[in-house]
Amino acid sequence: MKRARAEILSNRSYGAYHSVTIVAPEIAETARPGQFLSVAMPEGRAFLLRRHFSIHQSSRRGGWAGTLEFTFEQHGHGTDWLAHQRAHSFLDVLGPIGTPFAFPRRLTNCLLVAEGHGAGSLYFLAQELRAQGKRVDLLVGARDLEHVFKPIEGKRLSQTVAFMTADGSMGERGSVLDALSGMAEQTRAQVLYAAGPQQMLRGVADFSNARGLPAQIAVEERMGCGYGLCYTCTVPVARKDGSGYDPLRACVDGPVFNPARVLWDQWMGERSAEEMVPTPPEGSPVVRSWPD
Amino acid sequence: MAVKDVDLAVDLNGLVLPGAVLVASGCFGSGRELGDLFEARGLGGVVSRTVTASPRKGAPSPRAAETPSGLLSMVGLQNPGADAFVADDLLHMASLGLPVIVSVAGGSVEEYVRVTAMLDGAPGVVAVEVYLAGPDEELDGQAFTARPERCAEVTGAVARRAGVPVFAKLPAMPVGLVDVAGACARAGVHGVTLIDGVPGMAVDADELASSLGAVEGFLSGPAVRPLALRAVHEVASALPELPIMGVGGVWTGRDAAELLLAGAWAVQVGTAMLTDPAAAGRVASGLADYLRGKGLVSPSDIRGRMRAPAVRPDAPSRFESGGSA
Repeated sequence: MKRARAEILSNRSYGAYHSVTIVAPEIAETARPGQFLSVAMPEGRAFLLRRHFSIHQSSRRGGWAGTLEFTFEQHGHGTDWLAHQRAHSFLDVLGPIGTPFAFPRRLTNCLLVAEGHGAGSLYFLAQELRAQGKRVDLLVGARDLEHVFKPIEGKRLSQTVAFMTADGSMGERGSVLDALSGMAEQTRAQVLYAAGPQQMLRGVADFSNARGLPAQIAVEERMGCGYGLCYTCTVPVARKDGSGYDPLRACVDGPVFNPARVLWDQWMGERSAEEMVPTPPEGSPVVRSWPD
Repeated sequence: MAVKDVDLAVDLNGLVLPGAVLVASGCFGSGRELGDLFEARGLGGVVSRTVTASPRKGAPSPRAAETPSGLLSMVGLQNPGADAFVADDLLHMASLGLPVIVSVAGGSVEEYVRVTAMLDGAPGVVAVEVYLAGPDEELDGQAFTARPERCAEVTGAVARRAGVPVFAKLPAMPVGLVDVAGACARAGVHGVTLIDGVPGMAVDADELASSLGAVEGFLSGPAVRPLALRAVHEVASALPELPIMGVGGVWTGRDAAELLLAGAWAVQVGTAMLTDPAAAGRVASGLADYLRGKGLVSPSDIRGRMRAPAVRPDAPSRFESGGSA
């Protein structure tokens, strides 16, 4: 993790999203798909915590070398502030943070499932997977047309792409989970990757588990510091040896996890610490190791 | 004649620390996370996250919420248990070359003593800080701090067992704080840490829900700094020989100086570490700059030196009501 005083190169909107490109060569150099950036807010009465955004693009070489792009939806006063920052102003940025997506060594057909701005980090992953000669197919979902993130870029990066919107304003009507089974079959998916809200990730986890498909997900959990000190963003993850689980920090232990090891009921529902059981409940997903 | 430069080292009645600025409990992770972004130069030490005898999973999520000038959080003492902490995190913290103060907690007096005993022979530990805001399982689950006599009982038992100085971390109670601090001192603590997070709550009106999984949490950050100043000043005035670690919303060197002026002997930086990984070092160098600017050389030069506001004969009324009385 490096710290940079990063100049904003551009701050554009794409439908419902904003996309900020910054100059931060020391971070761009090592950034990988799935990792994120931590951006400081201005000092004042209303702001305290930094804001965290997954990395949508990192240019390590070429004419725009040393730049990074991250994406967000305006929601709350922190992102409101950021949406109004102009080119040539500066941000206090930490990054890259977190564990990146792992690449499959042998398997080649990768199905990437995104909802909302989760597409940002998966497009970055798609690009890297293709560079390694993998087949990439994309399943992108959103509330409506406005919330489909950069559809043209999605088409450019994948062998096939399917769009799903809740209101049918783009692609098919429905959610990515409605199309997941058909798409996996059609593309002969061997590996699943997903980024998006909790409920969708859980659907992908159930599917990958039922089909025996190895999968990786990037979670979106509310973070305090974003660099591992405060323990506010924990996700209950079963240990590999089956001896119980650990509340792992989404920021530095994640945000990429093996969905088969996430204790979904506990993470999404049961709220009392006393109810937390020391071992995974019966019927919880079998631990599958990532293929090497 | 050579001018002496600022030396931030402090002597807390025999506990000598290389600097007057420390990192507060729960704001340093395992010591590994910050890597080379952490600047140890000028600091007096780090307080570990709070450890218990057995591992604890902690509170449900969400565990934090941003509120005006304050962080509301409830982590619920998530920790790997004292044995694992000593074998792993503590070793790493000690390797940084800074004194380590270990924060300990338990559900009973016996557990507090057991955790303290598990620190025997651990490297780098110069003191123990007793966290008292957790539930008292031997009585009715209320916080230990709800009963001043239990604070004294717990801290006294820890002080008898620990081979190092012990600090009691106390909340900013509106009345009776001096009595509690005094009782802890008589029970054998070396000093007190003031203040612990303030109980609070946040509600998300969009979602019609409480913002924290545990509903109630503790408020920290700039919002609580006036409470810390008041608590430090009150205890320092009544018990001038009792070392005080001031903590609560310290963001700059000036903030640290204010706590020292109010009577603190050393200062801890907490929530600021969660927004700026270099906060503690920045506060230390800011404090040095402040002292230098005043022509002083040591934090002890300003300890408790706050005066009443100067009265000027030509000063306007302190209450500018706009009309004649």
